[in-house]
Amino acid sequence: MASMKRFSPLPGFGLAMGYTLVYLTLVVIIPLTAVGTKTLTMGLDAFWAAVSSPRVVASYQLSFGASLLAAAINVVFGLIFAWVLVRYRFPGKGLVDALVDLPFALPTAVAGIALATIYSANGPVGKLLEPWGIEIAYTPNGVLLALVFIGLPFVVRTVQPVLADLEKEVEEAAAGLGASRGQTFLRVILPHIAPALLTGFAMAFARAVGEYGSVIFIAGNVPMVSEITPLLIITKLEQYDYAGATAVASVMLVFSFVLLLIINGLQGWMHHRYARGA
Amino acid sequence: MSISIRNISKQFGTFQALDDVSIDIPSGELVALLGPSGCGKTTLLRIIAGLDYADRGQILLDGDDASARHVRERRVGFVFQHYALFRHMSIADNVAFGLRVRPRRERLAEAEIRRRVKKLLELVQLDWLADRYPPQLSGGQRQRIALARALAVEPKVLLLDEPFGALDAKVRKELRRWLRQLHDEIHVTSVFVTHDQEEALEVADRVVVINKGKVEQIGTPESVYDHPATPFVANFLGSVNLFHGRVEDGHLHLGEHALALGAEGGSEGRAVAFVRPHEFDLVPGWHADGGLPARILRVAAVGPSAQIEVSRVDGELIEVTISRDAFQLLGLAEGDQVSLRPRHIRVFQAEALAA
Repeated sequence: MASMKRFSPLPGFGLAMGYTLVYLTLVVIIPLTAVGTKTLTMGLDAFWAAVSSPRVVASYQLSFGASLLAAAINVVFGLIFAWVLVRYRFPGKGLVDALVDLPFALPTAVAGIALATIYSANGPVGKLLEPWGIEIAYTPNGVLLALVFIGLPFVVRTVQPVLADLEKEVEEAAAGLGASRGQTFLRVILPHIAPALLTGFAMAFARAVGEYGSVIFIAGNVPMVSEITPLLIITKLEQYDYAGATAVASVMLVFSFVLLLIINGLQGWMHHRYARGA
Repeated sequence: MSISIRNISKQFGTFQALDDVSIDIPSGELVALLGPSGCGKTTLLRIIAGLDYADRGQILLDGDDASARHVRERRVGFVFQHYALFRHMSIADNVAFGLRVRPRRERLAEAEIRRRVKKLLELVQLDWLADRYPPQLSGGQRQRIALARALAVEPKVLLLDEPFGALDAKVRKELRRWLRQLHDEIHVTSVFVTHDQEEALEVADRVVVINKGKVEQIGTPESVYDHPATPFVANFLGSVNLFHGRVEDGHLHLGEHALALGAEGGSEGRAVAFVRPHEFDLVPGWHADGGLPARILRVAAVGPSAQIEVSRVDGELIEVTISRDAFQLLGLAEGDQVSLRPRHIRVFQAEALAA
């Protein structure tokens, strides 16, 4: 270690690494370990009963399913947003750019109430959709809508700089070689931004899984139908079922962690594949 | 395929990038568009390619009006200054790109595509890099790959935009010789843009000198260098000494001194004259009968020639280049008095300089 410090051209490795580990321990590892140890106080049977009751399983399906779907929707529309913001100049561009970040800053409860009001059957937008038989507020659709809302900036902000980085010449070169617009997009642009899209997807997904505030106002929270896992955890806490709450929480934790690991692995592979030596 | 550029004009906002430009490029020729940055040469190249569109005028490819044709349909190969390779594709995939994006019924079999890619990589002498990725290559290698990629679709015309602009001096020199050899091998009509006069004069069959959106002169490297049509061309090609004076009875009068003009002469009146550094004879001492009296300020005698900076009596600086051996024979040193006798003077009317 001593020799490494002496020869490293980057100063402060010891201090920075030490700080990182202490911080990670205090802020992430200790609280998460507490979840684990609390869960361990219950027997295996009780744990299994808590995490596999039909109502809990339905909530997993909703939470993870809606989060994945919302992240996927955000990948499509976030890409279009980023494209418009990078490629075109139009009046009010600065305003649009700033509005993208609003879901970051807005208290989630405010967003939830606003969305619920607008999309309920007698709200301004819900009213238009009702004759078509489309219900949004107080159904799983509402959950999806709220998760799309909060996840959008993640995709836009990760893709935007990478897209801006792609020189116009590369697209001109593709066109000059005879590629159609579609071929240029699929073979040249998409591979370039794919790692960033995946990062945006992962972040939007992670945010959506943990989202609570905005969802509970619009979801209706009907058990087995529109009840998300974080709400179930709160419900258990309110019933003083601490062990049950942490049991469900730990299942969620493991699920999320595994999914994020997979996405990270995919990203590493893509990076290796597409940006070798860069 | 021949290229005819007919009366092309292009404006960006209030800036006139190209002003009524007409050039004819016969099939198989290698032509340089030479001019200072911002003179419109790259814009002209992009208009030929179909990457930009002219406000007025026509581009004829092989006699057919291609002005409205999309870049995809013009069958031109374009090489960019900064290579514009596809970073996420291997070198072989980069070169194969143009062949793989063809409509299915025109597309070659994969084995044939691979065979062609291999041949092209051999042509640019980089077949051993086929499996690498662009970021792993040096600038010179990337530009050769970009060229191979452009040639893969068998273009009728090859257009190169400052192809060596981003490379260091030594690689640049190697690569431009190589480009000339390559052109002699494949004979595809080629146009390249450069601001480097040495590059244009060395590589091209013909040079088109452009300034402020207008063609100043078109000709072989020898003719534009030896017989510049305008003061701009004289000034832009190679280093040159500029004199302001008057032409009277076959002499150029500079202050109280007069220099005899050769057969070319010049019309009477106020004039600007150009003399290249290597077109002076140096005579020790001041002589009443001829030559400009001056004093040697500095001498840099490195390599085969001696660069001598002399100062005229009125303080104006003049650059002179003579062979190092000749300089040593003269036995001159810094501070000595000399007379300058130009062997060749190019004279233009003073009004022409303003244009």
